[in-house]
Amino acid sequence: MKAKVKLEKRIHGLTFQDLILKLSQFWVKQGCVLQQPYDVEVGAGTMHPETFLRVLGPEPYRVGFVQPSRRPADGRYGENPNRLYKHSQFQVILKPSPADVQDIYLDSLGAIGINLKEHDIRFEEDNWESPTLGAWGIGWQILLDGLEITQFTYFQQSGGMDLDPISVELTYGLERICAFLQGVESVYDLRWSADKSYGDIRLREEQQLSEYSFNRSDASAIRAEFELHEKQAKEIVEGFRDSTGKDRVRYPLLAAYDHCLKCSHLFNMMDARGVISTTERAALMGRVRTVACRTAAAYLEQIGGTVPRREARI
Amino acid sequence: MKALAKEKRVELLFEVGCEEIPAGMLPKAEEELRTNIEKLLTAENLSEGVTVETFSAPRRLTAWVRGLLAKQPDVENEVTGPPKSVAYDAVGAPTRAALSFAEKQGVHVSDLYLVQTAKGDHLAAKQIRRGRTAEQILQAILPRAVHDLTWPRSMAWTGLEGPRFIRPIRWTVAVLNGKPVKLSIAGIPAGDTTRGHRFLGSSAIRVKSFADYEKKLRSNGVIVRPSEREDKIAKELEAHAKRGAFRVHEDDDLRKLVTYLNEFPSVIQGNFDPAYLSLPDEILVTVMRGHQKYFAVEKKNGELAPHFLAVINIAKDTKGIVRAGHERVLRARFADAQFFWESDQKCRLADYLPKLERVTYESRLGSYRDKVERVRAIARWLTEQWFNLGILQAHVAEADRAAELAKCDLATEMVREFTELQGIVGGLYARAQGEPDEVADAVYDHYRPVGLDDPIPRNLTGCAVALADKLDSIVGCFAVGVVPTGSSDPYALRRAALGIVKIILDKKLPISLSLAIGAASKALLTHKPKRGVTPTQETQILEFILDRAKFVFREREGFGYDEVSAVFRAGADDLVDAQKRLLALKAIRKSKNFEPLAVSFKRIRKILEKANVPVGEVRSVNPELFENGAERELHAAVREAASKVQTLKRSGKYQEALEVIAGLRKSVDQFFDGVMVMAENEAVRKNRLTLLAELLREFTTVADFSEIGGEERR
Repeated sequence: MKAKVKLEKRIHGLTFQDLILKLSQFWVKQGCVLQQPYDVEVGAGTMHPETFLRVLGPEPYRVGFVQPSRRPADGRYGENPNRLYKHSQFQVILKPSPADVQDIYLDSLGAIGINLKEHDIRFEEDNWESPTLGAWGIGWQILLDGLEITQFTYFQQSGGMDLDPISVELTYGLERICAFLQGVESVYDLRWSADKSYGDIRLREEQQLSEYSFNRSDASAIRAEFELHEKQAKEIVEGFRDSTGKDRVRYPLLAAYDHCLKCSHLFNMMDARGVISTTERAALMGRVRTVACRTAAAYLEQIGGTVPRREARI
Repeated sequence: MKALAKEKRVELLFEVGCEEIPAGMLPKAEEELRTNIEKLLTAENLSEGVTVETFSAPRRLTAWVRGLLAKQPDVENEVTGPPKSVAYDAVGAPTRAALSFAEKQGVHVSDLYLVQTAKGDHLAAKQIRRGRTAEQILQAILPRAVHDLTWPRSMAWTGLEGPRFIRPIRWTVAVLNGKPVKLSIAGIPAGDTTRGHRFLGSSAIRVKSFADYEKKLRSNGVIVRPSEREDKIAKELEAHAKRGAFRVHEDDDLRKLVTYLNEFPSVIQGNFDPAYLSLPDEILVTVMRGHQKYFAVEKKNGELAPHFLAVINIAKDTKGIVRAGHERVLRARFADAQFFWESDQKCRLADYLPKLERVTYESRLGSYRDKVERVRAIARWLTEQWFNLGILQAHVAEADRAAELAKCDLATEMVREFTELQGIVGGLYARAQGEPDEVADAVYDHYRPVGLDDPIPRNLTGCAVALADKLDSIVGCFAVGVVPTGSSDPYALRRAALGIVKIILDKKLPISLSLAIGAASKALLTHKPKRGVTPTQETQILEFILDRAKFVFREREGFGYDEVSAVFRAGADDLVDAQKRLLALKAIRKSKNFEPLAVSFKRIRKILEKANVPVGEVRSVNPELFENGAERELHAAVREAASKVQTLKRSGKYQEALEVIAGLRKSVDQFFDGVMVMAENEAVRKNRLTLLAELLREFTTVADFSEIGGEERR
C-alpha cells in the first residue's frame, strides 16, 4: 500500500472533524458525490435514500456522507465509554462495485493516517441484514488490531428485490476509528476540534435522549404515531398505481419513504421502552418491511427500472 | 483398446484468487476442490497415476496436480461391419455394402480387413481416436471443478448475470508444466501471476510451478499449506507458554479457525488487568474466544492468568502497536462484561421470571415464561417417579427450583450479549446469589448434552431439568406441527432427542418414554398454551425419539443394524432395558443354535403373514388336532420354554432367557421337516398356524429374532 500520508502521530491523531474531512476528501477524489446526512431519524446510513433507493435500478452512482444514526436501545445515559444512543457513520456507496474496491478501501485507511504495514487488518465474515428494509448483503467486518471499524457489504437485495448491478456499501464507525487514532478509552474524551471534546458537544444529548427513550417517552403516543405513519405510507404507495403522465413523475413516493423511516424509528423507540414482546416485535418489523418493500418497488417503477429477475441457477 | 502414445507426465498449478473467504468454510472447500478434480479427471480417463493435492488460505484455493498425462492416450478401436458374404461378390470384389461401410468409417476400402466373430467372418475397420491434450481437458474441467463447489450462501458481485461464488473471484492462476493454460474462471482469464499477502507481499508474482509458487508466496507473506500454518501457530503458542510459564487453554476449534483465518499467522501475547480475573472463567474465556478469537492461558494450577495469545496476520509486531490495540479492545469487552455482571445482579435471578413473558419460545407455544411452567411440571413428575422407585437422589423441590430458574438468564444483559453462555450465566448467578450448589449446577448444566460427545448434567437434578426441557420442546413443537424435515430443524429437536437418549443411557434412568411423553403432553394441556396432543402425534414423538436411540445404539455403542431392529421390535419404551436386551442378544448371537433359529423365525413370520394370521391375536392351540409327533413335541417345548422365559425375563436375566429360546431350535427344525403347515384340512391347518403364532408371540418379547440376519449383514 502506498500510505504516503504520514499523519500517524499516536499522541494526537486526527480530530473527529478532521477525520470526517479526510474521509470526505478521499471519497470525493474517488468520484463520490458528497451528500449530507438525512434529515429524518434513521438507525443507520443504509436507510438514507441515497443508499436504500439509489442502489435500485441500473444507474451508476457514487456517494459518500456522514449519517448520525439513532439506536435508542443502545443509549447508556452517557455513562458507557463505548455505547451511544446516537453514533456517526461515514457511509459510502459505490455502484457498480469496482474490482479493486478492497484496495481502494484500504487506501482510505492510509488517508486517515493508519500505516497498514504496522497493523493487523483483516476481513472477517459478517453478512449484513436489515429485516425492516428487506435488505441484505454479503461481506465482512473490517478488524483493525481486533477492533471492528467498518462494515463492508456487497448489497444483494434492497426492498426485497435483487440488485443489478451490485453496489458496495462501506460503513465506517467514526467514533471507534477516531478513538483508535487518538488512543483514548472513552468516546467522550475524543477531541472533536482543536479545543472541544466529543463530550463537550454530545454528552448532554446522550444523557437526555437516553432518559427520554428509556423512561419518559409516551409509549402509547409512539404507538399511535407508528400507526399514523404506516397508514400514510401505505396510502401514498397505493395511490401510485393510478397516477399517470406528469403526475407520475412528481408522485410523492419519497414522502412515503419518509413515513417508513418514521415507522422504523418509532419501532426502535417502543423497543427501547420495552413495550413490545418478541412475537409482536417480529410482526411490527414485518409491517415496516412490507411498506418499505412496496415503496422500493414503486420507486423502481417510477424511475423507469424493471425488477431484475434471476434465472434459477447455482 | 491399447495405448499408443508414449507417456509423458506433467504438473499443473491451479489457483483461484478471491476476496477473503470465511475461514470456517475453507476446509470443506479445499476437500471438495480435490474430489471434484479427481472425479473429473477420472471421467476423462486421466486419473491413473495422478496425485491431486489442494490447499487453501483466506484469499486462495490452490490445487497441485502431479503425474498428469500430457495427452490422453490415443485409443485404437475396431469397428465391425457387414459379413464377408455380403461385403464381397462372387469374384471377391467389394460390394456396395463394403464401400458404404468404408465411407462411413472414413477409411479407404483397401484398409478394410476381415475378422472372425462368433457369427462368422466380418469386415472390420480400424479407428484411432486421438487423445486430447491435458491442456484441452483442463480447460474444460477446471472451471467445472470450481463451479461445482458448494457453499452455504453464494453471492453476486457484478450483477445478476455475472458469476456467483462465496466471495468475489479476482484472479486465476493455471500453469501446466511452466506454461499458462488458456481458460477463465468467473470471467477472469487465467495466467501465471499470483498475488502475495495484502500487506507483506507483492500483488503480482509470476510463478512457473507449484514449488516455485510455494517458495515465492512464502517470501511474499503467504504460507500456502494449512498444515504448515497450523504448525507455526502451535509452535509459537508453545513458545509463549514456555516463556510465561503458563499453559494454553486448549481449544481445537479455535486452532483450526485461526489457521484458516490468516495467510501468515503469528502469535503475540497481550495482557489484561488482573482485576478482571474476579469475573468467572467461563465469561472471560467466552469474551476472549468468541469475539476476539484469542487463546486464554492458565497457570499451572488451572486458574486463568491475566494474559491472552492472539494470532495475527502479519509477521511481527516489533513496536507493540498491534498488541496495544488488541489489549485495548479486550479491555472494553471485559468492561462491558463486568458491567453486565454487576447490573444483571442488581436484582435476583428469580426476578427475571416475569421478563421471560416477553421472550417468545415459539409463537404458538408462547413465551419462555410459559415454557418454564411446563418444564417445572415435567421435572416434578420425573423426580417423583424416580423417588417412588427408590432413587433417593431424586429431589423434587430442588428440581422444581432449578426448572424455575433455568431460563431466567435469557432476560439478562449478559446472555443477550453472549448468547452462547445461556444456562452457564444463570448457573453462575444462582451460585453467586446463594442458591444451593445442586440447584445452581442444574441450571448451569441443563442445556447439556449439546452433542454426543458433550457430558450430561453432573447431578440428577440437572438431568431432570434437562430432560424436562427437551421433552417439552419436542412435544410442544410436534403438537404445533414443527417437525424436523431434512436439513430443517430450527428448534434443534434432533439434538434434544439425542440429549434425552444420552442422559437416560448414561445415568441408567428408569423412564418409560411413552409415559414421559404423556406427562409432557399433560403439561402442555394444563399450562399455557393449553394445547392438546393427539395420540397420533404422541406415537410420532415416540418414534422420533426412538429413531435417535437406534442411532445411538448403532453408531455409538456399535450394535448391529439387525440387532437394534430385533430388540426395538420387541419394545424399547424403557431404553435402559432395551440396552440390557441388546447386550444379551449380542452375547448369544455367536452360539450355534442362534442364526438357524433366526432363519426359522423369519420363515414363521412369512408363513403367518401369507396366511393372514395376526401374531397378536391370542387363540389357544387344540392338542387334539395334532396329527404328528413333531407337532406335539414343539407344542410341549414351547409351553415349557415359555414359562422359563417368563421367569428369567422378569428377573432381568435376558441372556439366559435367550438361551432357552435358542434351545428351541431342534424342535422347530423337526417341526418344519416333518409337518406340512398348510394342511388340506382347515381345522388342522388353523391349529398349526395358531401354534406358530403362539411361538412367535411368546419368544419375541426380548428381541424379535425374525429381524436378525438379512441383507445388511450377509
